[in-house]
Amino acid sequence: MGATSNASPSPPLNSALSSFPSLKALKFTTKQQELLIRVSALALIYVLAFVVRLFSVLRYESMIHEFDPYFNYRTTLFLTKNGFSEFWNWFDSESWYPLGRIIGGTLYPGLMVTAALIHRILHFLSFAVHIREVCVLTAPFFASNTTLVAYFFGKEIWDSGAGLVAAALIAICPGYISRSVAGSYDNEGVAIFALLLTFYLFVKAVNTGSLAWSLASAFGYFYMVSAWGGYVFIINLVPLYVLVLLVTGRYSMRLYVAYNCMYVVGMLLAMQIRFVGFQHVQSGEHMAAMGVFFLLQVFYFLDWVKYILNDIKLFHSFLRITLTCAITVGVLALSIGTASGYISPWTGRFYSLLDPTYAKDHIPIIASVSEHQPTAWSSFMFDFHILLFLFPAGLYFCFKRLSDATIFVVMYGLTSMYFAGVMVRLILVAAPAMCLVSSIAVSATVKNLSSLVRTKSKSSQGSNKPLSGSKAAAKASADQSLPFQKNGAIALLLGALYLLCRYAIHCTWVTSEAYSSPSIVLAARGHGGGRVIFDDYREAYYWLRQNTPPDAKVMSWWDYGYQITAMGNRTVIVDNNTWNNTHIATVGRAMSSYEHEAYEIMLSLDVNYVLVVFGGVTGYSSDDINKFLWMVRIGGGVFPVIKEPDYLVNGEFRVDKGAAPKMLNCLMYKLCYYRFGELTTEYGKPPGYDRVRGVEIGNKDIKLEYLEEAFTTSNWIVRIYKVKPPKNRW
Amino acid sequence: MAKGTNDAQLLIQSLRKAYAATPTTLKIIDLYVVYAVATALIQVAYMAIVGSFPFNSFLSGVLSCVGTAVLAVCLRIQVNKDNKEFKDLPPERAFADFVLCNLVLHLVIMNFLG
Repeated sequence: MGATSNASPSPPLNSALSSFPSLKALKFTTKQQELLIRVSALALIYVLAFVVRLFSVLRYESMIHEFDPYFNYRTTLFLTKNGFSEFWNWFDSESWYPLGRIIGGTLYPGLMVTAALIHRILHFLSFAVHIREVCVLTAPFFASNTTLVAYFFGKEIWDSGAGLVAAALIAICPGYISRSVAGSYDNEGVAIFALLLTFYLFVKAVNTGSLAWSLASAFGYFYMVSAWGGYVFIINLVPLYVLVLLVTGRYSMRLYVAYNCMYVVGMLLAMQIRFVGFQHVQSGEHMAAMGVFFLLQVFYFLDWVKYILNDIKLFHSFLRITLTCAITVGVLALSIGTASGYISPWTGRFYSLLDPTYAKDHIPIIASVSEHQPTAWSSFMFDFHILLFLFPAGLYFCFKRLSDATIFVVMYGLTSMYFAGVMVRLILVAAPAMCLVSSIAVSATVKNLSSLVRTKSKSSQGSNKPLSGSKAAAKASADQSLPFQKNGAIALLLGALYLLCRYAIHCTWVTSEAYSSPSIVLAARGHGGGRVIFDDYREAYYWLRQNTPPDAKVMSWWDYGYQITAMGNRTVIVDNNTWNNTHIATVGRAMSSYEHEAYEIMLSLDVNYVLVVFGGVTGYSSDDINKFLWMVRIGGGVFPVIKEPDYLVNGEFRVDKGAAPKMLNCLMYKLCYYRFGELTTEYGKPPGYDRVRGVEIGNKDIKLEYLEEAFTTSNWIVRIYKVKPPKNRW
Repeated sequence: MAKGTNDAQLLIQSLRKAYAATPTTLKIIDLYVVYAVATALIQVAYMAIVGSFPFNSFLSGVLSCVGTAVLAVCLRIQVNKDNKEFKDLPPERAFADFVLCNLVLHLVIMNFLG
């Protein structure tokens, strides 16, 4: 790769160029060339990571997707309008009526503060962007930053070639894209950046033993705690890593410095977030870190005593005394703490990671969230593609050249893969680990292969990028001493190139087809093949906003709470925060009771409007009838009067003529299928044919006594009913 | 049991002798660590008597002592000439890191004291 920039310019160009200082000055040294290649590759990867996430913005418009991001958007709006102090002390009476919600103390502020800060900086630089645009593009921006961190991390654990490959892999990895697409304004978009940053800074601290890096990793941990509840993974993985190093005898003074500074300063910083509070000293999930902290003090103290004593026998007696004291004190403290309830046990959300069957039996709300289901193998293939088999290869390379850093990455990879197998949502956490370990495999393989190809040619300090490696190898002068070896190496390099190309194609296809849907706007193929857009959700929310009194209270299932508050600007009864199970169970009970019983409950909650989602006309399958059994289970979990078998026929959930009578007359059924019996949905089928369940509904003649229909959207997806005030006695 | 006490005495004597050989700078750092830990223990004893009502204040007090003790131990490790891993770390840099970390620690403590 010589500097052939001035190969053969045309005469006028030549004369123009010769007037500048001689172009020979442009001849780069090999090191400079390598730097140029690396920097330009990183710049391209940075832009790629941003651009690949923009599908939905280009296809639809710049809007916030899904459900949770609407809450985040609303809080960010509040933050930019009212300032940080108001935000930190905000009590919101517009959700969870009549309880209200202490928003300042029950959210992770990292995402909102980040977006508000970016917004402020942009305004300072005279870019008058609306906060919504900033929110929509925050996640892709941080995905780009994650690729940079991945580069430095890869460089730390292996070499800069692996770093480049890791950056490239994570830029388009579908497991990461799924939660960081433009418009997905959710905690994970920022949290994965914070996670990788914390891990990188910690590994750097362990490698250098410097207090400054350790302090930086404490700040990284603070950012992670402020961003996402998944910080529990960090506070358990790092002590586990320290323990593994202690047990395998790889401990050193640097480990002591790194862990202690990060733990103490990090813990203090983390306690500044009100939502986390004192959990670091009181919750069972954080006790591993504290235990390892004390263990480390004892361990290094003993090490120091052993060093200064120089006498084995005396040291052994000292060891015996100290160990017995330490162990008794530790065990005593732990047992008293747990028995008295001071140290709270693992919360349901994290306990169900260790025991996946726990949630289904005990906490139906956790079990009902679709993201908490165990992962199917096809999801792994879909989200990781070639990384799935590159991961064990990378593990092999890591074990061949064990160091503190590679042990960390191996542990991160294995634990995150286990958790990814338990819960679909956690594939996101495993994605960076997979990319890092796979990058080691790719980089090491390509390096070996290309050095085989280059055996007799002049060795240049070329970088190990896989995509250009094969081209350089092809141009290298052939040496005929080992023809088959060289040809085999070239073939394998081309194979590697092919694999990586397929990976890129797969990732782009997956992003375009599966992960770029805004969920609030639905698209389908019409009869002529053209695209049909269903904008029913926003239609309904704007109807609510413009046609109901400002203090109206809306009852719906908790999925839609955030969107109703953010876009409809009305008070809701329950929303996605799901912090109060009894309140949700009350709503579930109301939805599954007969109309007169439900009316009592709705009067007690001051409900004015009821909102249901119905997919029977369009074939939209995430509607409330499909979620209905969860309403029954959650309601029945608190109110034993609701029994799930009442709604099933022979264990089967049906809505046609053979359905259970309670099902045919409950409030949810009536509200979804009101006037549906007159509608013909599909050619050749009787009126009242439900396109999702695929049957003709059982009860077509529905009369509502206590509610009246207020609004149904153009495709019948969202239906709003008004609760009639109680009749006058006379 | 006589052998036990004899052992303990021998242990303490040899510990004392070995410790006397450490340089003065390290002994100053050790004194600081002992002072910090003692302060922490006093605070815990006070909490046991009076109760832990503003828990954040108690935590910030104890953690500031524990934190600065731990940072001093890190400083001692980095400054100790016997540690081959930190051979090329100039002691000024180690001390500067120590001061920086303590600064951050105490700023956070101030915020947390309530």
